[in-house]
Amino acid sequence: MIDQVVRLLGYDFAQNALAAGVVIAIVSGVVSRFVVARNMSFGVHALAELGFTGAAGAVLLGVSPVGGLLTGTVLSALLIGGLGVRLRERDTVVGVVMAFGLGLGVLFLTLYPRYATQAFSILFGTITGVNSGDVVVLVVIGALTLVGLAVIYRPLTFATVDPEVAAARGVPVRALGVAFLLIMAAAVAEAVQVVGVLLILTLLITPGATAERLTASPGRAIAISVGVALLCVVGGILLSLGANLPVSVFVTTLSFAAYLVARLIVGPLVLGTDRAGRGPEPVPGG
Amino acid sequence: MTEPAVRLDGSVPAVRFDDASLAYGDRVVWANLSLAVEPGSFVAILGPNGSGKTSLLRAILGVTAVTSGRIQVLGGPPHRGNPGIGYIPQAQAFDRDLPLRGRDLVGLGLDGHRWGIARPSRERRARVDAAIAAAGASAYADAPIGRLSGGEQQRLRVAQALVGDPRLLLCDEPLAHLDLRYQQEVTELIAAWQQSTGRTVLFVTHDVNPILSIVDRVLFVVNGRWAAGTPDEVLTSARLTDLYGSHVDVLRVHDRLLVVGDELSSGFELEEPHHLPEVHDEPGGGAAAGMTP
Repeated sequence: MIDQVVRLLGYDFAQNALAAGVVIAIVSGVVSRFVVARNMSFGVHALAELGFTGAAGAVLLGVSPVGGLLTGTVLSALLIGGLGVRLRERDTVVGVVMAFGLGLGVLFLTLYPRYATQAFSILFGTITGVNSGDVVVLVVIGALTLVGLAVIYRPLTFATVDPEVAAARGVPVRALGVAFLLIMAAAVAEAVQVVGVLLILTLLITPGATAERLTASPGRAIAISVGVALLCVVGGILLSLGANLPVSVFVTTLSFAAYLVARLIVGPLVLGTDRAGRGPEPVPGG
Repeated sequence: MTEPAVRLDGSVPAVRFDDASLAYGDRVVWANLSLAVEPGSFVAILGPNGSGKTSLLRAILGVTAVTSGRIQVLGGPPHRGNPGIGYIPQAQAFDRDLPLRGRDLVGLGLDGHRWGIARPSRERRARVDAAIAAAGASAYADAPIGRLSGGEQQRLRVAQALVGDPRLLLCDEPLAHLDLRYQQEVTELIAAWQQSTGRTVLFVTHDVNPILSIVDRVLFVVNGRWAAGTPDEVLTSARLTDLYGSHVDVLRVHDRLLVVGDELSSGFELEEPHHLPEVHDEPGGGAAAGMTP
């Protein structure tokens, strides 16, 4: 099996997959931290499914599915952001937009006569199918996403963990919510390349959720999240090359394993096991 | 509390309301509010739930605009992100799994509104450490904030609000959901800061008792009407009866004030009285008479 992996790594498709995978993992790891902290699992899922609609539409029109995917996620991010970023409204709006978008996706698939392969790769990922042109596109999108996140990092953190005080300090909480939706749209379009629409949460939730079991430091949490995402994607690609099974199978397995280990074994050792949310006893006299 | 905008000695009120009113549609929250808050004073903003205490702070923060009239904050119009203001919001527990330490919360109070990524520096760390130490929170500043008790979280909130060295501290029910001991500790913390720096504190609360001994002035808001003055002037049966428009008794029991009325629950946790005359235009009068323009 190792011989086979080494042999396959000599091919362009495997190298392209690894190069794209590293970029995608870094983006997913960073964005995942904020997705978890902002409680936006449903939003991520919706953006991915609407990206699917965009990609299906692109296939129907005979243009690039990646472009269609990105168009789908960005348009939906703007729509969701425009219709409501208030917390109570958000899930409802996401659900309403997602249902309509998926309906369109079904229509596009039905209209396209040979949809099966295309649909399968969008739904479950095609990372070993990316060519060097795709890698460049993915690197550029990934780099832009990371730069955007770096620019808004501090106020976004403030608005995420402490929105009331952030607003009082002049942080544009609502605008940052929309900006983060756009960053999420780009990250979703990237991660779909590896694990597809249906398994998107394995890269945009699990790494961030794993990290928060291991540290209380926001900076370290992002580093751990990126580390977990890299382990899953690179490990998943290598295992897939050796076992002739889809990458998604291994990425989802590795990320679930990382989460379980963090939650059940390492986390309790590092952060303690208290479950009631009670802190340590206060120091008498302060 | 009725002073010209700039006094003869050149000092400017920390906050000045000029015939200010706030209404949402037909609902008048407060009307014709005119008062000047002396720099260095500790002002309690009292009133039943829903009487617009929080919206008063929001107006000072520049988050809510008044419907008519004018507000001056630290000598200028209110604007979001005023660096002269520290703010302690109503206590809301943090998620216990949130990767955030008390030290990070305090750091956000210092520079969380700036773009980019915080660059660690010795000076930044020293300021954060000093604010945490002053709040007596050093022992747990590196623990996940969601796993601390409400009182511990509130001490860190105080550090977060004070780390930027504000001239005006706004507190919105900072003692709510705290047990008596923590109420006392947090009160002492804020009072000690106020007394050592001579800065101004506006303290919204539904129960004046924990802060009664340190309050200089009281602003009482009920159903669009208001009264202001010293606690002894405002917290009397006559003034509150006038303000509520129904009979109210203010009792002093063991150094605690109890407000009891026909439509009120006992104690200071006032509820909205049920049948009030619709009076929006008349300020409390007396010690808080309107200002000359």
